[in-house]
Amino acid sequence: MKKLNRRSFLKGGLAGGAAIAAVGTSKQAAAGTHNFGGYPDSMGVLVDLTKCVGCRTCEAACNKEQGLPVPDKPFDDPSVFEEKREGGLPRRTSEKAYTVVQKYDVPGREHPLFRKVQCNHCNEPACLTSCFVNAYKKTPEGAVIYDKTVCVGCRTCMVACPFYIPAYSYSSPTNPVIKKCIMCYDTRLKFGRPPACVEACPQEVMTFGKRKDLLKLAHQRISEKPDAYIDHVYGETEVGGTAWMYLSDVPFEKIGYDTHLGKEPIISYVKEFLGMVPMVLTIWPALFTGFHLLSNRKDALKNEDNKS
Amino acid sequence: MGGRKKTLLGMAALMLLTAPLAAQSWAAEGPGTVELGSLANYYSPVTFDHAMHTGVAASCADCHHHTTGLAPTNPSCARCHKAGEQTSSVACKSCHSDQRFSAENLAKIEGNPQLYHKGKPGLKGAYHQKCLGCHTTMGGPTGCQDCHTRNDKGDAFFNSGKYAPAPSASAGHEGGH
Repeated sequence: MKKLNRRSFLKGGLAGGAAIAAVGTSKQAAAGTHNFGGYPDSMGVLVDLTKCVGCRTCEAACNKEQGLPVPDKPFDDPSVFEEKREGGLPRRTSEKAYTVVQKYDVPGREHPLFRKVQCNHCNEPACLTSCFVNAYKKTPEGAVIYDKTVCVGCRTCMVACPFYIPAYSYSSPTNPVIKKCIMCYDTRLKFGRPPACVEACPQEVMTFGKRKDLLKLAHQRISEKPDAYIDHVYGETEVGGTAWMYLSDVPFEKIGYDTHLGKEPIISYVKEFLGMVPMVLTIWPALFTGFHLLSNRKDALKNEDNKS
Repeated sequence: MGGRKKTLLGMAALMLLTAPLAAQSWAAEGPGTVELGSLANYYSPVTFDHAMHTGVAASCADCHHHTTGLAPTNPSCARCHKAGEQTSSVACKSCHSDQRFSAENLAKIEGNPQLYHKGKPGLKGAYHQKCLGCHTTMGGPTGCQDCHTRNDKGDAFFNSGKYAPAPSASAGHEGGH
């Protein structure tokens, strides 16, 4: 019998791997033409940045609705707009604030532009894809929620999120977990009510409704006032579409939006690889163990022969 | 509970007070002042000086769109809305829902496929967009409390006034990491 050595085993492994990869690719190609694209009747929010006056009422409403800690500064204190974190970037979401309003002084624009930041509730969320304990869930209502009791605090979702949204409870020494906007799912959305920030906004910057209706509304608004808007609905196609979408009168790349995310959901880039992981994890250990036992058995038999 | 009852009573009283205003015939100049309090929660009601604003606005249609019977000033609106009869009520709340995003209102909009103004703002949005929009261009007051003073509940909501966070808390946090 041919002796199985490391080299020949690796050769076989490579051939098997190639076969698995081929299966994966053909599946991916078949699925490539049809993305999930989101639940048909899911809800969303259309944010009209041209209407925001930076009053931060949404931040206060979020704080109260989600029972978040007392803020560092009052919610009517505009000095937070001048706060800069590392890299000169404006405030971001944190364990104490699931939504923040940022201020952009745009040259040539009469007034500063205010931008509300919170989870965009992707149709096919990267955080969900990346989470190995399946803590995340995209609900049919449109919210991306998470189960903090299973979260192990690995922070992979923080790396995966193309919008840098999930925050981390760094303040908890014993059980740090992910913290982010859940579109008020538990207290409002699942009962058919809009998120607290939407309801609190005095300017009705945000419109709550079915995502498909909001898309029509967004394009209607652009066509009614072509001079008042950039002809793009941010979130319509970005990373496979998001539940929260934006209209602006300033090019999105100038106010902190990543306009190079592409239309493909993040999962499309990792589907092939992730599809192989369970196979590798289940098949390879069994194979290795089998080979190990086989080769050891030969040695053991040889030893026994020598002894006798 | 007592507080809520009081607010409810207050709101009921307000509605009673404003009911005659809404019912009166809106011919000619309209009311002197209108108390806008149906949404008052964190702020006191707004006492809107209607008489003063009729002197400032170029046309009733600037605020009332087509409802007073005048031709709308915006040419886009004028394509459908012509000058003619005044509508049965010209009050903001007659058209702008105070429950804009309730399931009922959303279903009502969805159930009317012919409806053009599907994005019509709710009452709060209509007030603020109209008032603040004009005040910004005309140089009117634009601060929240220029029009309605915040009440105690509002101070608590905004963590401001006597509910403001202790300054040491933020200083300690910033020095932490």
